Amino acid sequence: MGGPVIAQVIQYIQSYLDTRGLTPGAAGNMFWVLVYIMLVFAGLSVAVIAMNWLERKILAHMQVRLGPMRVGPHGLLQPIADAIKLLLKEDIMPAEADGLLFWIAPFVVVLAAFTVFVVVPFGPTHAITDMNIGILFMLGVSSLSVLGIVMAGWASNSHYPLIGALRSSAQMVSYEVAMGLAVVSAILMTSLNAEGTGTLSMIGIVQAQLAQGEWFIFKFFPLGLIAFFIFAVAMVAETNRAPFDLAEAESELTAGFHTEYSGFRWSLFFLAEYSAMIAVSSIAVTLWLGGWLRPFPNFLSGTTWDLVFSLFPGVTFLFLAAICFYNTVRMPKHPLFRIQTIGLAGFGVVLGLIGLVLFVPAVSTRVQDIFWFTAKVAGFMYLYIWYRGTFPRYRFDQLMQMGWKVLLPLGLGVLILTASVALLQDKIWHP
Amino acid sequence: MLIGGILVITCKNPVHSALALIVTLLAQASIYLMLYAPFVAGVQIILYAGGIMVLFLFVIMLVSIDRSVRERQFNSQWVVGIIAATALGGLFIAVYTKGKNIFPEHALPVVENDNTQKIAIMLYGQYMFAFEIASLLLLVAIIGAVVMAKKKI
Repeated sequence: MGGPVIAQVIQYIQSYLDTRGLTPGAAGNMFWVLVYIMLVFAGLSVAVIAMNWLERKILAHMQVRLGPMRVGPHGLLQPIADAIKLLLKEDIMPAEADGLLFWIAPFVVVLAAFTVFVVVPFGPTHAITDMNIGILFMLGVSSLSVLGIVMAGWASNSHYPLIGALRSSAQMVSYEVAMGLAVVSAILMTSLNAEGTGTLSMIGIVQAQLAQGEWFIFKFFPLGLIAFFIFAVAMVAETNRAPFDLAEAESELTAGFHTEYSGFRWSLFFLAEYSAMIAVSSIAVTLWLGGWLRPFPNFLSGTTWDLVFSLFPGVTFLFLAAICFYNTVRMPKHPLFRIQTIGLAGFGVVLGLIGLVLFVPAVSTRVQDIFWFTAKVAGFMYLYIWYRGTFPRYRFDQLMQMGWKVLLPLGLGVLILTASVALLQDKIWHP
Repeated sequence: MLIGGILVITCKNPVHSALALIVTLLAQASIYLMLYAPFVAGVQIILYAGGIMVLFLFVIMLVSIDRSVRERQFNSQWVVGIIAATALGGLFIAVYTKGKNIFPEHALPVVENDNTQKIAIMLYGQYMFAFEIASLLLLVAIIGAVVMAKKKI
């Protein structure tokens, strides 16, 4: 009586575990989609934690000081200490605050920031899904985070958050226009192929760069570069980071729209800000810097060059492990530092083991694409921190002026010039 | 979508109504997706939910709503309302039952892979004139808003 039912259940489960017919975008295999979603979510959380530590250390080193050094060896456990502190803080809601909106606002912002990663391509088949409107989806969902910010400022029922929220959302909406124009001129470049049809899907854009043999940042020099520059500036403004962080700068508006949020709710905003940074960086990497492609995929091709470039992931981790060991040797020889020294050495050993594992050919062929994509996004993260350490803040009217009077005409000009150059090269399909 | 629509008209707080409108617009985007029009769905989210509703919320938040939240909500034209709603409902039912041949038999198995390309070809080819007129209309709206808001011209 139970036999055929159990056999049917096992067959049902096995049909989901069968990976043979899977490509991103082939809807229906819920189990693997959930696995990929969990992987991306976990990777993103690790990246946000690492970004927290990196930002404090790199900013400190740029300001000729050391940054967190006490909590773990060289402050490596600082993000964990921060997370514990935020979880244990009292959860305050202002008296006259709009309860429902106050509760929903961080949720909406985090939702918008994390849903974007459904279409981010880590490799030719490594994406959770591949919508044929991928880039449109990313732009749309990231514009939903503006709503969360407006709700947060309103629900706090006090004037600093309200002004901060309105300024922040005005800034984000203005720079979305410039971002959109830069994205359109990159999409235009995907249609310069034999059939004359471009694509909006993220994986398709990187494959167009592979087919055309150059990253779009170098295409029609300097048009690709200017479009990339417009997007790079607009993406920093979009995520409310320095030098466009007037809405949340501590010295100006007592932390802007998230003033009244404490503890876990604040950490949700903070999490959403870092994932939004990673999300727009992945858009920039996919559209202009060739996504998961290794440097010179067509120019330096062949098995020897492939071998050379496949050594990069392992070498990177071994390099990081070497830095850890060097700093272990440099640790003060005081008995109170023994635990930290052992911890740092242990961390170095873990990194070294990961590096050695990445040399194994079976692993390195699968990890190649993800490594190059992550390396490029990490470069962008470093740029974000560099901007924060270098540039003074824009005043709000200067910020809005730059968004509408400088970036928008520049974006329109780049779009028109890209289209004309492509037409003159007789590559756009004539109807 | 229905719940969102009903909440828009019944909430006392205009900010809550605006949020219900956002929910309604997102539901409409998913209806576009079910009708195999992914481009329109994406553009709906970017422009409507992410742009126009933000500006709605700006205005609602900058105008003081204390008075309107405390106002008693009344509806003294409910008789006329019921007659109008019944007439509209009757019209819908009449169209559905009498005009069965204008609705397709099954859901059209439309290939959606080149939805964007097809829209672009139609918009910039066949309907170019309408496109330009629409952009002129938006230009007139922008100029009108700027003229009304400037202190001196």
